[in-house]
Amino acid sequence: MAEAHTQAVTASLWGGGVRPYAMGSKKLGMWLFIIADALTFSILILAYAYIRLASPDWPKPFAFSPAILGATLMTFFLLSSSLTMVMAVAAAHRQEHKRAVRYLLLTMLGGIAFIVLHTREWLHLIHDGVRPFANPYGAAMFGGTFFGLTGMHMLHVTIGVVYLGIVAYGFGTKKFKSEDIEVCGLYWHFVDLVWMFIFPLVYLLSVKP
Amino acid sequence: MATEAHPLVHEAPQGFVWKYIFSKDHKVIGIQYLLLAMVSVVIGMYLSVLMRFHLAWPNAKLPFSDDIMTSEHYLALMTMHGTIMVFFVLTTAPQSGFGNYFLPIQIGAADMAFPTLNMLSFWFTFVSLMVMVAAFFVTGGAPISGWTAYAPLSALGEIAGPGLGLGQTLWIFSLAIFCGASLMGSLNFITTTLDLRARGMSLMRMPLTVWAWFITAILMLLAFAVLLAAGVLLLLDRLAATSFFIPGGLVVSDQLIAHQGGSPLLWQHLLWFFGHPEVYIAILPGMGIVSHVISCFSRKPIFGYRAMVYALFAIALLGLMVWGHHMFVSGMSPYSAFAFSLLTMCIGVPSAIKTFNWIGTLWGGKIRFTTAMLFAIGFVSVFISGGLGGIFLAQPTVDIFLHDTYFVVGHFHLTMGVAAIFGMFAGTYFWFPKMFGRFMNESLGKLHFWISFIGIYAIFMPMHFIGLAGHPRRYADTTGVDFLAEMNPVHLFITIVALVTVGVQIVFFLNFFWSMRKGKKAEINPWHATTLEWTVSSPPPHDNFAGRPPTIYRGAYEYSVPGAPQDYSPQHVPEGVSAPVSDR
Repeated sequence: MAEAHTQAVTASLWGGGVRPYAMGSKKLGMWLFIIADALTFSILILAYAYIRLASPDWPKPFAFSPAILGATLMTFFLLSSSLTMVMAVAAAHRQEHKRAVRYLLLTMLGGIAFIVLHTREWLHLIHDGVRPFANPYGAAMFGGTFFGLTGMHMLHVTIGVVYLGIVAYGFGTKKFKSEDIEVCGLYWHFVDLVWMFIFPLVYLLSVKP
Repeated sequence: MATEAHPLVHEAPQGFVWKYIFSKDHKVIGIQYLLLAMVSVVIGMYLSVLMRFHLAWPNAKLPFSDDIMTSEHYLALMTMHGTIMVFFVLTTAPQSGFGNYFLPIQIGAADMAFPTLNMLSFWFTFVSLMVMVAAFFVTGGAPISGWTAYAPLSALGEIAGPGLGLGQTLWIFSLAIFCGASLMGSLNFITTTLDLRARGMSLMRMPLTVWAWFITAILMLLAFAVLLAAGVLLLLDRLAATSFFIPGGLVVSDQLIAHQGGSPLLWQHLLWFFGHPEVYIAILPGMGIVSHVISCFSRKPIFGYRAMVYALFAIALLGLMVWGHHMFVSGMSPYSAFAFSLLTMCIGVPSAIKTFNWIGTLWGGKIRFTTAMLFAIGFVSVFISGGLGGIFLAQPTVDIFLHDTYFVVGHFHLTMGVAAIFGMFAGTYFWFPKMFGRFMNESLGKLHFWISFIGIYAIFMPMHFIGLAGHPRRYADTTGVDFLAEMNPVHLFITIVALVTVGVQIVFFLNFFWSMRKGKKAEINPWHATTLEWTVSSPPPHDNFAGRPPTIYRGAYEYSVPGAPQDYSPQHVPEGVSAPVSDR
């Protein structure tokens, strides 16, 4: 009986005429994009690991203060923005337009704080003489991997902030549906998750001994 | 709980620009892709003719020119021939061209899931091609590092040779744009296949073409993401002076290169992690089309439908795990080589399943030797011949000898080049009546097939033998080396056959464009086929099914069903109904 029921359900789910994953096509599309983008980031991280392991004098330049403290603060802002993103999606699904837009703006603010802090850190490192091809600490490729990996991530955060802005405007003017907020949220959480790999691999593994 | 799949509604566009240039209609985009591939194939073919000319007569001036080709010029032609053929022909036409046109119709959808993304995907591809071709016209010309762009040659810039300055940079930019295009295209294909199937179109009722496009899209989603990352790193090496792919202590043209810390092998791993799936991206859609055509013209259900689907999956999965077999001579551990070799030879199993199933489908069928069918059978022949060479190359001990010889050139041209092209020809002759409402000329088609078929064997089989004799690939001039000079008559033979074979492609192009206007008119279902594309008018209307998505009652290949009123039972006709709705 239960088996027959299962069969009937699967038949109706995969038998055509319905979306089998019970979600809109945009959401599925975003998930697929995330798979591809995750691979792109994986390769950048893999290249970093490869080069780092092949270099005997890999530098560990990040002092607890200000570098690690700064990166922790950046992590805090990014994580908080994920929280406000969750609130925005929840509010959007309840059709509370104003509240959702407010949370989206807060999320953008978190993203912008991250970008500002990160840019400050970049400038600081550049001031110290770190270049993509050379640095005062040790293995030349330190700069290349650092700027390459965090730069790619920062590009994603920047695109995310613009994306959030568009979605906030669209939802505020009731052109977009709540699912559009959710799809944007998927992207934002993904970018956040990438940072959760970069923070330990790039910063914590290179703490000044 | 599942959400209802609403038929996509977007209004039929008005005005030439929105209808034919920035169109969101998957059929127009499909034809745009096919035309782009046609332009690219002409460029690619022209480059190969120039190379063949030089190989046969190394000291002769080029036609319409006062110059004798230099080695660098030869390498530039070779690089661009490979790149344009792999990306803008073999990836573009079978997947994005035919896939765009027929995937939505075959699953009973009004359009792709994301029409705007689809349009963007095409225009990204177009820009990518323009940037690639621009490499010919900048200072230094086109890059000379081959389509694999091996580092450090590709990473050093101008100092490494002509074309490795701006030309190589454009080359990488072009591919990065192409990665974007294929990302948009592939997630669109996957979403469309999963979400937009009409009522009753269960996965196991989908035509094998749809399965092939779907699985190819998954491969593209994964493989091009890796190429994008590799391209970004290579660009950093060139533009930001990093050393991801450049080792320390390198001396080029008597100059010590300042870079240090990188590894050229990293590039090889990343390139081939993309590059090996890429050959399946080129060939799987052809396999789908060939299954489709052979079943129709044998008037029999495809032999082992499920096995065909599982074999496609197996090939795709194994294809992601065998990139190391391109690197047997890179100094890898023999244990790694053993693993890569074993996995590579495993691909022979699903490939053989497909081959035997094609033969099983032909066995005892009422075969109709149309041009499409000839090209489909030709595909099977060429795929077997080329594939057998793969078994040789998969073994590290043999490959160490054959690596970088003409054996490899012959092997991959037969399997991923010519076989994929034959798949496209089969698709073109088969679907032409649907796309343009007219037939292509069958007599010219058969002439095209026979000369091409004999021609490609006469071109690529001798290459296997000169490869076995130790002839390295990528040599512009063989006359200076004694043991190679002895093989020059073979080059002369190959060049003459190549000229004839290229000549007969002109017949194809004439046939194509002439038939668009003047070909014999075709009815809705001229081949008496079973799948959904044959239930709509030719060419199909803007939203394919005029707002009434079909319901599907049976599998894709129900030919010669015992007791059925005719020898084909279309997918949209319920059991017990005497004639197809469209034919009444």
